Amino acid sequence: MSKYHVEQDISLCIGCLACEAACKDKNSVPEGAFYCKMIEVGPKMMRNIPVINHVYMACFHCEQPWCVDACPTGAMQKRSKDGIVFVDADLCVGCKACMKACPWGVPQWNSATGKVGKCDLCMDRIDQGLQPACVTKCTTGSIKFMSPQAASEKRRRDFAEEMLKRG
Amino acid sequence: MANSVYSICGMCAVRCPIRVEVEDGKVVWIEGNPNDAGMGTSLCAKGIAGRALLYDNERLQHPMIRDGERGSGKWRKVSWDEAYEYITSKLQDIMKEHGGKAIMLSDRGGPFADIRKAFMKALGSPNYTNHDCTCGRNTHHASKSVYGLGRTGLGYDFKNAKHIVLFGRNIVESFKVKEVKSFMQGVKNGAKVTYIDPRAALTASKATRYWQIRPGTDYALLLAIVNVTLKEGLYDKEFVNKYVQGLSDLSNFVKEYTPEWAEKETGIPAEEIVTFCREVSADKPSVIFHPGWHLSRYNDSFYASRMIHIMNVLMGNVEVPGGQFLPKTPKDAGTKGLKSLGANIPKVEDKRADGCGWKYKRFDGGPGLLQLQYEAIDTGEPYPIKAYFVVRHDPLLAMPDPEEQKRILNKLDLIVVVDVNYSETFGFADVVLPESTYLERDTMMRTDKGLKPGFSMRRKAIEPIYDTKAGWEIWTDLANRLGKGEYFPYKSIEDIWNFQLQDTGLKIEDFDEKGFVQVASKPIWKDRDKLEFPTSSGKIEFVSKRLEDEDIPSFMPYTSPQKPAKGEFRLLFGRKGYQTHGQTTNNPIISELMGTNCLWLNTKAAAELGIKDGQEVEVSSNGTTGKIKVKLTDFIHPEAAFMLHGYGRSIPFQTRAYKKGLADQAFMKGLLKVWDKAGGSVSLCESFIKVTPA
Repeated sequence: MSKYHVEQDISLCIGCLACEAACKDKNSVPEGAFYCKMIEVGPKMMRNIPVINHVYMACFHCEQPWCVDACPTGAMQKRSKDGIVFVDADLCVGCKACMKACPWGVPQWNSATGKVGKCDLCMDRIDQGLQPACVTKCTTGSIKFMSPQAASEKRRRDFAEEMLKRG
Repeated sequence: MANSVYSICGMCAVRCPIRVEVEDGKVVWIEGNPNDAGMGTSLCAKGIAGRALLYDNERLQHPMIRDGERGSGKWRKVSWDEAYEYITSKLQDIMKEHGGKAIMLSDRGGPFADIRKAFMKALGSPNYTNHDCTCGRNTHHASKSVYGLGRTGLGYDFKNAKHIVLFGRNIVESFKVKEVKSFMQGVKNGAKVTYIDPRAALTASKATRYWQIRPGTDYALLLAIVNVTLKEGLYDKEFVNKYVQGLSDLSNFVKEYTPEWAEKETGIPAEEIVTFCREVSADKPSVIFHPGWHLSRYNDSFYASRMIHIMNVLMGNVEVPGGQFLPKTPKDAGTKGLKSLGANIPKVEDKRADGCGWKYKRFDGGPGLLQLQYEAIDTGEPYPIKAYFVVRHDPLLAMPDPEEQKRILNKLDLIVVVDVNYSETFGFADVVLPESTYLERDTMMRTDKGLKPGFSMRRKAIEPIYDTKAGWEIWTDLANRLGKGEYFPYKSIEDIWNFQLQDTGLKIEDFDEKGFVQVASKPIWKDRDKLEFPTSSGKIEFVSKRLEDEDIPSFMPYTSPQKPAKGEFRLLFGRKGYQTHGQTTNNPIISELMGTNCLWLNTKAAAELGIKDGQEVEVSSNGTTGKIKVKLTDFIHPEAAFMLHGYGRSIPFQTRAYKKGLADQAFMKGLLKVWDKAGGSVSLCESFIKVTPA
């Protein structure tokens, strides 16, 4: 069962890319690949402000992952105890079926090894009771690690408080 | 099992507190020092890329002496002994003929500069200089002229502010981790933010009001803001009456600068200016006008910064939550400060070659002004300068017009570069001394000013990987070899730390637990009814004695900036949140985040020249040309062009950065001599480039 979720408060994100750098540093992500990526959109004029958003895109760790279904060798797996979707590089043959299957472009190509890599929520850290590198180092606290239930609770709360602020 | 080392980051000049994990002699993890509540485990991309720097082989690895003409790129690997011998024999000749004052040094200032100042003092030279003429000198001198306090003599409580006003202070991209956290908390708490910039940097996206101002007209806007604030009585009368000297002079001066006048200069509608003034006044004193960080921009940036300071005073925001606070020193908490390493070295009687502190009393002698040091090298006046230590500073990147700089630098008998990275200036050095990275070197103790003052320490996490040394070893070695060992009696970093701590009552072990020691248990606020300011009058001076004594007007009449000719643009520059100016361009991680730069142009202005988005254009300025791709956007003023700083590198050892993009400073022709006569900073935005389709 998928136990984890990375929740982003886009309004707090300053596009500093600490998350991308932290992921690259921690996971030795190969050149050109980004296990997590801030997608910059905008600027778009909204209420006279040129709004630029940075949207955190890593892996959603689906309950029924397309990538796992597509993988012919069993390299792409879902960890039964917490639902983390990860690649066992030893089993990966570089067929890229997972890359085609994933609707969000999550699996990343490693041109040095000819295999796929992806976000595993830094599961070695999680197993030590720690949080993913991107979340741990986020400059402003824009991304947070929590359960999916806590994430929806947080969204409701943020919305309610925003309504109060707007009066 | 990983071992934790509490230390201080060295990836940029902010120097955040960090926790470093070491396993089997390798640095395996760096995060913010969680003992510091304002920091937590946060770390920016630059700080995170520290490990990439440490294990990169594209950094300086051993001493080198050039093996050809200056700038030829030919080098000879040498031992530390040989490098030291080369330097000391040249220095001894220079000192014999011209005295110690013929030696200069520049670095990037900061809390660890004390040892380099002591080194210069030991050599008998007054010519310690830093980078600040291309950074905060205008702001610093403006602050001095108003409050008698330097740039770091005021802090900002963004978290509790109700309105934050930023004149080009791109606070979310050119950021400090703790500051931007506080700023974003302020925004989250509902603070209004007014951002003023010819280019919509990311900070514009976090604002509640964005003004795309005509480049170079900040001062005009400020004059109108002060005009409305005084005319409508929107200021804190009680605070101003109590603490300010010169209000009526200010009032007379700004009378002619109406919002309607400013609209013509700036392009910002008059009624919006008036609305803004009323809005900020309603939120006073929890209002912050940021006086600028890197304000080496225009010929009137000093006066713009002065007006910003004046607006803060008019809002009565001094030493109040949500406004400005006075950072406290350990002395304010009843603890004696660190002892300076130069304390026992005789005072240098010679005057500075750049004239700061004597010819120009309005400019602080401390770090002086590098562009005037260049003038001294060039002219030999007031006396010859023959040797230059360039210490983790990169003038050929940071200062304008590298070709002109090289002409001047070529007059020196000795150029020594001390750095971690291959800098652009490295390419023009005679001798290179490689410094260990901040993860491999101990550094002297620093003082942390703030509401809760204290001290902190940088400790090495691992031994140097290559044949490099810590700065303290280099300066101690050189002082000893130059016969000044009595002033540098240090055999270990502990000797230095103990010397510094001797009056504080603290011991080295006190830093083990957290990496820092705070000497105040709770925030210290001064009694706002009994504030004193270190000006000659003890008051906040709108009419500044410091300036008037040198016939520099306290209030400078406005001059409209030059408009670019057709096909030309005013060249602006800046950076992203993951860049340390140019120092990180070649970093393995950072270079992947941004591999090259492009030229921002206004969509309509470019269309008139037949330039299309994404195409390559030729950029030229007084004979310097280059090709670059353009990015067209409505979010830059039609008179301006913009590029990220730090690209167009010339050192082939840096394979990731070499020849990628263009170097903005190369197009700033002649700007080495264009500087703010009242504030001292070089005016880096006073050049124009011609852009044609390639």
